[in-house]
Amino acid sequence: MKILSTYAGMSLSVLAGVFLAGCDAEQPEKEPPVTLNKNPFPSTYQAMESEPTLITNVHILDGIGGYIESGSVFISDGKIQAIGKSVSVPNGTKTIDGKGQWVTPGIIDVHSHLGVYATPDTASHSDGNEMTDPVTAQAWAEHSIWPQDPGFHRALMGGVTSLQILPGSANLVGGRAVTVKNVPNRVIQDMKFPGAPYGMKMACGENPKRVYGKRGGPGTRMGNVAGYRQAWADAQDYKNKWDRYYAEYDQGKDPKVPKRDLKLETLAGVLDGEIIVHMHCYRADDMGTMLDVMKEFNYQIGSFHHAVESYKIADRLKENNVCSSMWADWWGFKMEAYDGIQENIPMVHAAGACAIVHSDDDKGIQRLNQEAAKAWGNGKRVGIEISQADAWQWLSANPAKSLGIFDQTGSLEVGKNADLVLWSADPFSTYAKTVNVYIDGALAFDRNDPSSWPVSDFELGQPGEGDSK
Amino acid sequence: MINLQKLRSLAVLAVALNGLFSASAGAKNIAIVDATVHTMTEQGTLTNATVLISNGKIQTILTETPALTGYDIIDGKGKVVTPGLIGAYTSLGLVEVSSSAGTVDSSASANAISNIGAAYDVSYAINPNSSLLAISRIEGVTSAATSMNRTGQLFQGQGAIITLAEGMTPLMKKAAFVSTGVDNDAADDIGGSRASLWVALERALDEASYVDGKTFTPQSPWYGMSSLEDARALVPVIQGDTPLMIAAHREADLLQIIALKERHPKLDIVVLYATEGWKVADQLAAANISVILNPESNLPYEFDQLAATMENAGRLQKAGVTIAIGMSTHNIRLATQHAGNAVSHGLPYTAGLAALTINPAKILGIDNKVGSLSKGKQADLVVWSGDPLEVAEGAEVVIINGELVDMTSRQTKLRDRYLQPASGKSVHYIRP
Repeated sequence: MKILSTYAGMSLSVLAGVFLAGCDAEQPEKEPPVTLNKNPFPSTYQAMESEPTLITNVHILDGIGGYIESGSVFISDGKIQAIGKSVSVPNGTKTIDGKGQWVTPGIIDVHSHLGVYATPDTASHSDGNEMTDPVTAQAWAEHSIWPQDPGFHRALMGGVTSLQILPGSANLVGGRAVTVKNVPNRVIQDMKFPGAPYGMKMACGENPKRVYGKRGGPGTRMGNVAGYRQAWADAQDYKNKWDRYYAEYDQGKDPKVPKRDLKLETLAGVLDGEIIVHMHCYRADDMGTMLDVMKEFNYQIGSFHHAVESYKIADRLKENNVCSSMWADWWGFKMEAYDGIQENIPMVHAAGACAIVHSDDDKGIQRLNQEAAKAWGNGKRVGIEISQADAWQWLSANPAKSLGIFDQTGSLEVGKNADLVLWSADPFSTYAKTVNVYIDGALAFDRNDPSSWPVSDFELGQPGEGDSK
Repeated sequence: MINLQKLRSLAVLAVALNGLFSASAGAKNIAIVDATVHTMTEQGTLTNATVLISNGKIQTILTETPALTGYDIIDGKGKVVTPGLIGAYTSLGLVEVSSSAGTVDSSASANAISNIGAAYDVSYAINPNSSLLAISRIEGVTSAATSMNRTGQLFQGQGAIITLAEGMTPLMKKAAFVSTGVDNDAADDIGGSRASLWVALERALDEASYVDGKTFTPQSPWYGMSSLEDARALVPVIQGDTPLMIAAHREADLLQIIALKERHPKLDIVVLYATEGWKVADQLAAANISVILNPESNLPYEFDQLAATMENAGRLQKAGVTIAIGMSTHNIRLATQHAGNAVSHGLPYTAGLAALTINPAKILGIDNKVGSLSKGKQADLVVWSGDPLEVAEGAEVVIINGELVDMTSRQTKLRDRYLQPASGKSVHYIRP
């Protein structure tokens, strides 16, 4: 998978423009080239207050295949400072004895609609599908997210520290997805994961053809594919126009500025390697087709989502470096989900391909550890032996990689964000519950202190406010 | 994993012993030995126990391993045995693929036979060859209540109870219950308001009283709101012979249901969901109203579910309400996980198991046959790899009517096809 960086290139070109404008005062004024602000809704996330904390005497899954039976983790200044069988910390450091308990990296859900399909799920809150055109790459999920969705706090109770929120799957291209920290606040910018690249949602199969079949198409799978290809061809053309504009400017010419097109801008961002494609795709044959479309237009699919048939083509997914984001056992609710099996996740893992456990559900997101445990157990019963330490990659490291944030989070390694969960027991057990959830070192959820539990504006003053949920 | 070949050889070994317990040759006799057995009776949970099965029934349960003659023996060491799970509220046999895949018998739209949805009878619609039955069966679901779930009318028809045994005779009980609702969704269907819905519900019960015991011919005048078939279908409900299942979430609606029960004391009422049930748990218990719920529903999906919490199941049980867990269809096999999560949120462990077995049996009126393990009960039981409420454990042996279930399904065949190493042929030639 390409390692992507959205903002670095942008800030350099902006600086270059300022520099050019400022120094050549004697020459006839030449306007700097038009640069596009690729980050018009910048993150205003700030980590909550934290105190240095040592968790000791605890089982540790580091999220990248390591297990320490009795170890310690020291977090401070929002980062993981030390991890090992024993670590040294300053005198007076707050210490939690984790005897019998477990520490893992925070869970990262690559597929959530929290905020865009918020509860209560009234028509007023149905903000996830811009069903007005098959290609709406210009729509950004973050502009639909309601930070008061109570689902964020429920997910936090389940150990989710970061999540990607996507548009729905009605469209061939639904729009931009955004990765957020699970710390809802007043506005969505307060949640945005600093430095995370954007995602772009696409959808295979039944949904687009059902939605558009009687409104001008596409009405078939072949119509879907024609739609993706035309969109990419248009995006290539758009990208070429801007590339030519900058090239001619650099040659000293005075080229006409291309007309800005927000739809093609997002698609071109994918072609530039700045935006990661997350594609809803159930069937193996649909995925196979999209692997070729991906090569035809030279972009990278980060992950197929809801990939219930990945077990049929795991070898090809591995070859093409495409992750599969999967449920443990959902199946049968529509035709393209009919061949779902409970061993999908371990079979994809065993083939050496990238496996991710995802939710797409405001209840499922509260128990992703159990989804992994089911898949792990089902694999074990058919002879696919995977250690728990390796299986945890499905929940944190692989999601982080597919979102382009693994340099910051997704594993317990010194220097990374202190996004981690203290569990009451082995998190592959139904009975394990989160005890503490830390985001950037801050104690975002403390099960033992009900007075500290977050409550969204919506739930204030309502029946059940502040109850154990 | 236990396989049949191993069972056979153990059986041969057992025959060589001169047994205290013997069973007639020819009949299917199975002994599960040395297991932890949750009987769901006053016998409680037994360790190192033996379950003897003969002629489709539980012969006895012993806290020892006797010498045995004529039994196929299943080694239960380290295993856990429970009664077969009862899907408390499903649409099994009525749906194959829910969306955009042809006829779905769990939904209907108003037509000449039914004005209010009570007349529909799912017993005609059950398909035992549905792939969902094998898929659920091999995970320990041995019987289920099955119902329509979408009519857009006042009632969701007459549900049935089915066995998931292999074969083409699934029906255990037809017209076993009638479903309705008084929640937001139901109000939306019936005039858009509870103010309309409740009057219609009372009227429907009145009309059933009117037709009770009377004879009608096609020439008889009938000007009821219900069709005549609707009214007839509700007669056993008003007599209290057939449970009335009522979907409801909010506290106010649950109090209305308790008031309904006061007006019609004969009604055998079961509440579906009862999302805010914990707020009126004592009153529900006092009114002898049972609840079938999804304990994981802890979000305010609508304004009638604001006080939703994972603690609901535990709080209801503590107040003395009989609760059952298991409200889905394709994944009714996940009822064990749902119960496990209720247990981690306050429901006692044994109550979690009861919510999957004896409680739905009681609610559905089949506890004389299934739902517990004791002498003479139908031999529906499951041998689990460990604690059945643990997500990483699973069913290893399933027995229905005393018969070992073939532990394959369409899904296991798909799995096994794609677990095969690549060969020189298309995968379509691999037949696991």
